[in-house]
Amino acid sequence: MHISLFITCYNDTLFPQTGRAVVAVLERLGHTVEFRQGQTCCGQMHYNTGYQAEAMPLMRRFLEVFRDDETICIPSSSCVAMIRDHYPKMAAVSGDPAVTRAVEKLLPRIFEFSELLVDKLGVTDVGAFFPHSVTLHPSCHSLRSLHLGDKPERLLKQVRGLTLIDLPEADECCGFGGTFAIKNVEVSAAMLSDKLRCVLGTRAEICTAADNSCLMHIAGALSRQRTGIRCLHLAEILASTEAGEVS
Amino acid sequence: MSIRVGEAASAPDFPVAAKKLVSNAQIRQNVRRATDVIRNKRARVVAEVDDWEQLRDAGHEIKEHVLRHLDFYLQQFEAACTRAGGVVHWASDADEANRIIVDLVRAHEATEVIKVKTMTSDEISLNRALQAAGVTPYETDLADLIVQLGDDQPSHIVVPALHRNRMEIRRIFSEKMNLPDLGYRPEDLTEAARAYLREKFLRVPVAISGANFAIAETGAVCVVESEGNARMCLSLPRVLITLVGIEKIIPKFRDLEVFLQLLPRSATGERMNPYNSIWTGVSPAGGPREFHVVLLDNGRTNVLADDVSRETLDCIRCGACLNACPVYRQTGGHAYGSVYAGPIGAILTPQLQAMQHSQTLPYASSLCGACYEVCPVKINIPEILIHLRGRIVEENHAPLVEKLAMKAAAFALESPERLSLAQKFARIAQFPFTHDGVIRHLPGMLAGWTSVRDLAPIPKQSFRQWWAQRQREPRL
Amino acid sequence: MVGATPERAAPLIMSVKQDIIDRIRNATGGSSITNETEYESINRHYRQVGVLDPAARVELFADRLADYGSPVYRCAESEIAPTVAGILTERAKTGLLVPRDLPRVWLPEGFYFFRESPDYHELDSSEGVLTDCALAIASTGTIVLRHAPGEASRALSLIPDYHLCIVFPAQIVETVPEGIRQMSAFATLPITTISGPSATSDIEMTRIKGVHGPRTLEVILVT
Repeated sequence: MHISLFITCYNDTLFPQTGRAVVAVLERLGHTVEFRQGQTCCGQMHYNTGYQAEAMPLMRRFLEVFRDDETICIPSSSCVAMIRDHYPKMAAVSGDPAVTRAVEKLLPRIFEFSELLVDKLGVTDVGAFFPHSVTLHPSCHSLRSLHLGDKPERLLKQVRGLTLIDLPEADECCGFGGTFAIKNVEVSAAMLSDKLRCVLGTRAEICTAADNSCLMHIAGALSRQRTGIRCLHLAEILASTEAGEVS
Repeated sequence: MSIRVGEAASAPDFPVAAKKLVSNAQIRQNVRRATDVIRNKRARVVAEVDDWEQLRDAGHEIKEHVLRHLDFYLQQFEAACTRAGGVVHWASDADEANRIIVDLVRAHEATEVIKVKTMTSDEISLNRALQAAGVTPYETDLADLIVQLGDDQPSHIVVPALHRNRMEIRRIFSEKMNLPDLGYRPEDLTEAARAYLREKFLRVPVAISGANFAIAETGAVCVVESEGNARMCLSLPRVLITLVGIEKIIPKFRDLEVFLQLLPRSATGERMNPYNSIWTGVSPAGGPREFHVVLLDNGRTNVLADDVSRETLDCIRCGACLNACPVYRQTGGHAYGSVYAGPIGAILTPQLQAMQHSQTLPYASSLCGACYEVCPVKINIPEILIHLRGRIVEENHAPLVEKLAMKAAAFALESPERLSLAQKFARIAQFPFTHDGVIRHLPGMLAGWTSVRDLAPIPKQSFRQWWAQRQREPRL
Repeated sequence: MVGATPERAAPLIMSVKQDIIDRIRNATGGSSITNETEYESINRHYRQVGVLDPAARVELFADRLADYGSPVYRCAESEIAPTVAGILTERAKTGLLVPRDLPRVWLPEGFYFFRESPDYHELDSSEGVLTDCALAIASTGTIVLRHAPGEASRALSLIPDYHLCIVFPAQIVETVPEGIRQMSAFATLPITTISGPSATSDIEMTRIKGVHGPRTLEVILVT
């Protein structure tokens, strides 16, 4: 299958290894990946912070860049949620029927990474090997917007050598919330400390999620407190084989 | 017009208030314990109900219908209530409502009133107006009694004294009720409250209440409670004054079948709360000889005017969103500076005030969506939060530094060339802050991040650069 | 009927009301004259009727009362008076207050049954009250009282510390919607629904029973 990758602005900049891992997994499964250089950002940060006018051109660019792609892979639950939950509204606000049509045509073609693997490609075993203990943070968008359910878990359970440990109070928000982490530092930190307590309690070596946004926040505290625990995006675990982790 | 939502207009910004509370270990423990208990109770009794989603849908639709035709239903209520012997008053704002109520109390030469829990009266600061007029109001809900005797503010819609533990309550009762040997078991404290208040129930001739629902078709009012103090106040005194926000109207008596299922399970995690009182006007069979309803606007028409966020007024004041909210869990209600706290408070408080005050409240959320999941009338709180943030930015209330940063980011994100350039610039700019592969301090707006978290430096090569390089290299 | 406002204030009051109505109309886009159709089109896919047979309904109701800690006594209709006598003896009570129209045949000899007094302090110092009810809802363990003249007043069922209530199986419906439907027949009378004894969870979320209402609620379930 021909799969077009929307890497997301923050993965592009801060977590290119997640993109490399997505490419590795999809190519290993025999698919071809396309990366359209015209892509930038879905507009979530601006939209959620109240700068909805600034998000509009970002949406238009997205619609234009991915206009002809049948299958679009997005390794970020929050960006998928932005598109599914808010692009229709933004289209309505734009008053442009062409935009509304474009959004309607787009929605069935976008897939979060674990959705792509499990629902579209019908696989849960991607041939991965990762001999570590791992705990999964579900992330609010995965849970409540995308209703990913147990897709990430099913993928992880097929990874050879991996021990999956349940995360207590898993559906509690980690406290990132985009600009919330900056505008409400104290509360964000308090929420993070609760999440950290749960992660540390599992004694897992790795914390994973379908969203690097949450992981960036959780990893920030894991590092600050010198816990020796690291965060890896789900794709990076799935990309790992006997030959080693994709970096 | 003087719209007032308690002291919200002069309350500290949410991040400032939150900072103090997050550092208060006792409050955090109290709030956590309380919200855990109610969350679990609610989850259990909701799981029992196999038509819960259908009830939520109906509750939402009924409320949306009423709001669309609020003028009709309010007038229908007024006519029916008046026919049944009630007197209906209209108040545009807090001052008007206070004046009407104080005048009514004075007309009966009463110097004391007993009150049933109503957040609406806190919203208009009724107690202060009564006291200024020489009338002593006695709160009769246990939690409100605790808050009143403790010279405090409520911190939760349904459990207002959630921020107090038994030792603190014992101290307050012992002092104010003059009970030096008072025990500290919850049973002892409740017994003290029972005796203290019974004397007033049987004697004070004027009561003030709120309403959970006002039924347009019949002119009835419904009050939902657990303790029995509402039953006391609604049926024993000679004069009853009921303060009702205009959004409390429901169309017909039968609609209680939906709301009396949604409310108790959501608010206190019970199949049904101990007591509901429904009454219409004045009854020949006993109860108050005189009944007044004060219909209150106080900014509700502001909320009505925005058709995206109008559904804020669907709220039936169950408090489930507070209990589910991970932000509220860390701070309790006082951080919101409003009688309405938590997720519903974050959207209701600024809207009542036409977005002129409480502008940090819509940002007091990580948009996790837990509130929407538990709202019995399906108010899409996250969507409304985002919408209100949009209004704040559009109406020019966003901080200048933030606006500039967001515009700069939007500029950079508008084309891949600019994005690549911004990435290059950031890689250079981070250099002085990167030590041994980690960033521990950042300046300005980003200092908030590094005050509690490390940051991994921006990698040397972005994904798009890696991809472009890979395309250039022939693959083996 | 008492009105508290003098004539000359009437125009001012009309204008406040009119202001509010006008603001509402501006906000929602004009007034609506008929909305009954829209009201009727509200989706009500929630359960409107119960599924249990009468015997199961009674058992469910009894279960719920047990959950609340309310003792349930069962007897045949002809045995009500002796059952009341037995309960009063066990509770060491000499008698109870009753509403005017409570059937005399339910009241046993050897005890005092006073009609209710308008004096709240007399109610407060009484040994308790005996009433029947208008209907009951099994799924929530709810007893519904209506307060028509001759029936238990609100004060009577509230102030005494002990409440003994007689419920007939034919009065029990399963669901809340069925209960509300029956209540519609007397929708403009004062109505009190009772679901267990009064309670608070305001002190550290510990549920304490019996704050202001009767601390003991007992039910005679007629079989």
